[in-house]
Amino acid sequence: MTAVAEQVAVDLARQREVVAALGAFLPRSSILFDHEDVKPYECDGLTAYRQVPMVVALPETEEQVCRILRTCHARKVPVVARGAGTGLSGGALPLGDGVLLSLARFTRIVAIDEQARTARVQPGVRNLAISDAVAPLGLYYAPDPSSQLACSIGGNVAENSGGVHCLKYGLTGHNILKLRIATIEGEIVEIGSEALDAAGYDLLALLTGSEGLLAVILEVTVRLLAKPEYAQVVMAAFDDIEKAGQAVANVIAAGIIPSGFEMMDQAATRAVEDFARAGYRTDVAAVLLCETDGTREEVGEEIRRVQDLIEASGAVQTEVSRDEAQRLRFWAGRKAAFPAAGAISPDYYCMDGTIPRRRVGEVLRKITQLEKKYGLRCANVFHAGDGNLHPLILYDANQPGELARTEAFGAEILELCLEVGGTITGEHGVGVEKINSMCVQFRPAELETFHRIKHAFDQEGLLNPGKAVPTLARCAEFGRMHVHRGQEKFPDLPRF
Amino acid sequence: MDDVVDNLSRLIREAAKQRRPLCIRGGGTKDFYGGAIHGYKLNTGDYRGIVAYEPTELVITARAGTPLLEVEAALREHGQMLAFEPPHFGSGTTFGGCVAAGLSGPRRPYAGAVRDFVLGVRILDGKGDDLKFGGQVMKNVAGYDVSRLMAGALGTLGVLLEVSLKVLPLPAFESTLLLKRKVADAILLMNQWAARPLPITATAYRDGTLAVRLSGARVAVDAAMKRVGGDAAAPAEAERFWAGLRDQTDPFFTGVAPLWRLSVKSTTAPLDLSGAQLIEWGGALRWLKSGADAKTIRDAAARAGGHATLFRGGDSSQGVFHPLPPALMTLHRNLKQAFDPSGILNPGRLYPEL
Repeated sequence: MTAVAEQVAVDLARQREVVAALGAFLPRSSILFDHEDVKPYECDGLTAYRQVPMVVALPETEEQVCRILRTCHARKVPVVARGAGTGLSGGALPLGDGVLLSLARFTRIVAIDEQARTARVQPGVRNLAISDAVAPLGLYYAPDPSSQLACSIGGNVAENSGGVHCLKYGLTGHNILKLRIATIEGEIVEIGSEALDAAGYDLLALLTGSEGLLAVILEVTVRLLAKPEYAQVVMAAFDDIEKAGQAVANVIAAGIIPSGFEMMDQAATRAVEDFARAGYRTDVAAVLLCETDGTREEVGEEIRRVQDLIEASGAVQTEVSRDEAQRLRFWAGRKAAFPAAGAISPDYYCMDGTIPRRRVGEVLRKITQLEKKYGLRCANVFHAGDGNLHPLILYDANQPGELARTEAFGAEILELCLEVGGTITGEHGVGVEKINSMCVQFRPAELETFHRIKHAFDQEGLLNPGKAVPTLARCAEFGRMHVHRGQEKFPDLPRF
Repeated sequence: MDDVVDNLSRLIREAAKQRRPLCIRGGGTKDFYGGAIHGYKLNTGDYRGIVAYEPTELVITARAGTPLLEVEAALREHGQMLAFEPPHFGSGTTFGGCVAAGLSGPRRPYAGAVRDFVLGVRILDGKGDDLKFGGQVMKNVAGYDVSRLMAGALGTLGVLLEVSLKVLPLPAFESTLLLKRKVADAILLMNQWAARPLPITATAYRDGTLAVRLSGARVAVDAAMKRVGGDAAAPAEAERFWAGLRDQTDPFFTGVAPLWRLSVKSTTAPLDLSGAQLIEWGGALRWLKSGADAKTIRDAAARAGGHATLFRGGDSSQGVFHPLPPALMTLHRNLKQAFDPSGILNPGRLYPEL
């Protein structure tokens, strides 16, 4: 990201017109437009970007959602859908000339089918509420983003959210069967089916992670899994990051798919230990957590193999969780990584690149060099199992220029991820945050394909415009400012 | 290999200019599947070879024309596999064809389908543009998920050049159990097992026998065998049985009656349709050999929350794939237009409108 955009002032005449149009079918309590009422919606989890929406609509029925969409479509008013607003890439950042469509009142678990192991839920249902509701049946919903206490399933689908168990259990896209969506024309379409596949194109895949640019999600049918009978975790300490990386490769090469595999560098373990007292060594270069789950017999055998493999990879210390309390304590540290970063620094900026696992040592070394270049500290937590790296850049927004430096640091980390064969976002989405980095990851013809896909669903470009996919003009502008390794990114494009 | 891509791209550009349909073909082992084939053959079989395979990353990238057998052999050498167990309808089956057809084998309900393992693609779209989406890493949410959209699109949105798939370790041990059950009990049992933490990796039911495959660590399989019950099948026989279902070489799939594939909600009661049935996927897949009319079969599948495909043989005048509601078909047509504006890539293979 670059400098944060100026807030767009709301056009009051336009606001009156839209409020009147919505008021024709929505109760007064479902329309907000006074400054103090809409102010709480000005940002999502990416607080560096703020924009007060022109109008907030809080529908309660599918019919109301469709009518809002039809109204906006007819008047060419852009619409930004919002769930719990916990997203980290600004995907739910409002538009000053748009309607913010909050799905917060859609909180009903519509149906649980115990036998078929599915749940039909409204988009505003919290991720963890699904697992809580089906826990008595011995079932759970697998994707567990760190915000699972607060984030909503509709937002999870929009972002294709992950969590710490992705390597074994997949992301949101692997764990849903069916969606009810509303198009920008206000038409309801069902995508996917109650079976394991559906006729035609895999629109379920296309919509998952589409960041609210293609449709509004009205209902989600999720798959539920049998809760594993047992789980154990190995905690290991390494005096060398490379060795920790090698340990990850060695466990996987041995044919083991751990249910969780996490790495933290020294800066992260120190922050976490001060904050959560998880029992991590703070004098080592890296701490690794490796969990296996399954039947008691399976776990008993596998955890011993994991411990042997990690020790043979050069760990200076390993410890297997003796009981559930210790297992949870080992995890408590990792799960507290973000708040721990918040405790040691006035602000932190969480990055979300993915890299091929084997390059982790090299990438972390280069990040250390970048810390010196930008004069900022960075703590690294790494979903080692699936290669998803979360560098937490520590900064102070009150220091002039520090946010800009942080953003430049972050963008360089993302380019580093691309250089080693990775991606700019593993699970947080592009939103407004990484829109320039999309110009680095994709070529113009690929970006054009994305725009054509958008057009296939939303010809007028009214759903969450300006997010996720940059215009070619924007990339040309970005490329002009950003000459990478002496090469222009889009030499064949006209400059604007 | 660049020259092969250049040539394919040139052929597509020329065909687009003349609006002349192209029929994309790898090994040609699935010519029987989908709508009628017509058009100039665009052979992808020459674009072959494994591009990258790093076992510790659990990812393989191969060119579309690579024989599937070659990919699977390379994986086996490192103790890994394609966990969705793709069918081979002949030795010439290609890697690209396996992804384009989007078909998965017995392990599908327990491990995931082809689309769940697709990480990235390189394609030529209907304008001949060489495009890359996704990548070689497990988690990637940059841009729309075009890669997975390609799985099962039967080449109608683009010519696959390269695909990166997630791979998984081969199980250390496997055992298949056979239980005598009535069909309704078998369906119930398969669904009950799925709700418990058992290492089941395949289930099938036919003529009073329910077969269950367990995979994983020896201790886990042994413990699960006690819980599931039944009699253990001889390992070689079990392997032949599952391969026979996967590749449809099992005697059930022979004969002249049209073969229907009904994908339904797993708890669906035995379907009241004429003809022989074989149940797979924990109850979610029903194979039907039947001369019943398409409407009767499709209505039954729709009532069961799913859809029916005329998989092989029969009269395809009522369409091969389940008809789509108008609003959904509009989205399909718009997407086809987005990827293939001249409508030259495998037209009619999926739906007459596409």
